[in-house]
Amino acid sequence: MPDLLDRETLTALRVGGDERLARAELRRQIGRLEAELGALFADAFPRVEIDAGVPAVSSEPRAMALGDLEAIRDSLVTRIGGARLQLQERAELETRNRELLDRMLAAPAEYKWLQISRTDVGEPGCGHWHSRPRLGPLGMLMGWWRVRVSSGCPLSGRLAAVEREIQGL
Amino acid sequence: MDANAANSDLDLDLGTPSTIGWVASHVSAEFPGLGISWIELDGRPGRSPEPVERRLSETSNRFYGAHAIHMRERPIPWAYRVFFRQIGLDPDRTRTPVEQLALDRLQDGGFKTHGLPADALTIATVETGIALRSFDAERLNGALCIRDSAPGESLEGRPGELSQGTLVIADERRPVGLLFGATGEGRGVKRSTRRIAIAAIQVDGVPQIAVDEALWMVATTLRAA
Repeated sequence: MPDLLDRETLTALRVGGDERLARAELRRQIGRLEAELGALFADAFPRVEIDAGVPAVSSEPRAMALGDLEAIRDSLVTRIGGARLQLQERAELETRNRELLDRMLAAPAEYKWLQISRTDVGEPGCGHWHSRPRLGPLGMLMGWWRVRVSSGCPLSGRLAAVEREIQGL
Repeated sequence: MDANAANSDLDLDLGTPSTIGWVASHVSAEFPGLGISWIELDGRPGRSPEPVERRLSETSNRFYGAHAIHMRERPIPWAYRVFFRQIGLDPDRTRTPVEQLALDRLQDGGFKTHGLPADALTIATVETGIALRSFDAERLNGALCIRDSAPGESLEGRPGELSQGTLVIADERRPVGLLFGATGEGRGVKRSTRRIAIAAIQVDGVPQIAVDEALWMVATTLRAA
């Protein structure tokens, strides 16, 4: 949290003085935190769904009081903390999956039928790695296992064909 | 015209100069950078001509889910999200105009046409990120401004009074709409409208050139129709 609240410029906050400066400072912090949360939200997509929502303080637009701004700032800090934790846990899971994939590629027979998708290791796309026997049942009996790499996402050609069909072409 | 309103120093040729409205001083002190600019054009609502529909379709084709996800990292959409937070709204529930359009685009599979002037506003908002509103210019009394509501004020078509301090867009007589919210009944563009006012809401972090560009895009789209 302290790094989130680092000030680019020092703002003089006076206790018991003009609250406007304090509100301005809180609004500046909210801006920074919103940028931070936006970046985390974008980084996480599509691997982790981050809840970026912070409850609205008002149903109508209005200038917020100091306490309301503090509540918004604190909610954003909580959301960012939660998002970082989610991303960290996801990164650890992906690291474990990558290590598992490496082991499977080195010794497919030890990981029979195991399928690891690109999503599982944090990579974009629809492909997967699948430990399967060569030549079907014969390979199973003989212990000839290998890792097959799928060909990725379905082509868009079929969708285009369907559209043409709909248009009656 | 209010003495505080001034003509914008535009580089873009709008044909009709945009007018910069005033913001109540205590609101401006709380929200530096908040502003409103508008233009007025002769025109009536109606179905969008084919070139506008085609442009809407082309805009749809250039807009994907990834754009929507990364939108909040871009400076102008981010500025509006921050402002929404600062005025107590949750931008993930009460969407900023450009994010609402992005969501509609993903849900509908494209930017659906809603006729003019709505389509012109959609194109300009998606291209620039600027929040735009349309009003029936003949129902406005003088210059537009942003201020907080006074005790006893209400918004036409809404039951009850506005709670004091609600931020509104107002003409010289009364509120014509909530800032980023409902428009007063009869103040929006309707079938009988013959002159349209397009207002751009500027917040801190949004450059004037982007506001001018948005108004220029709406003006050229409506003039070409």
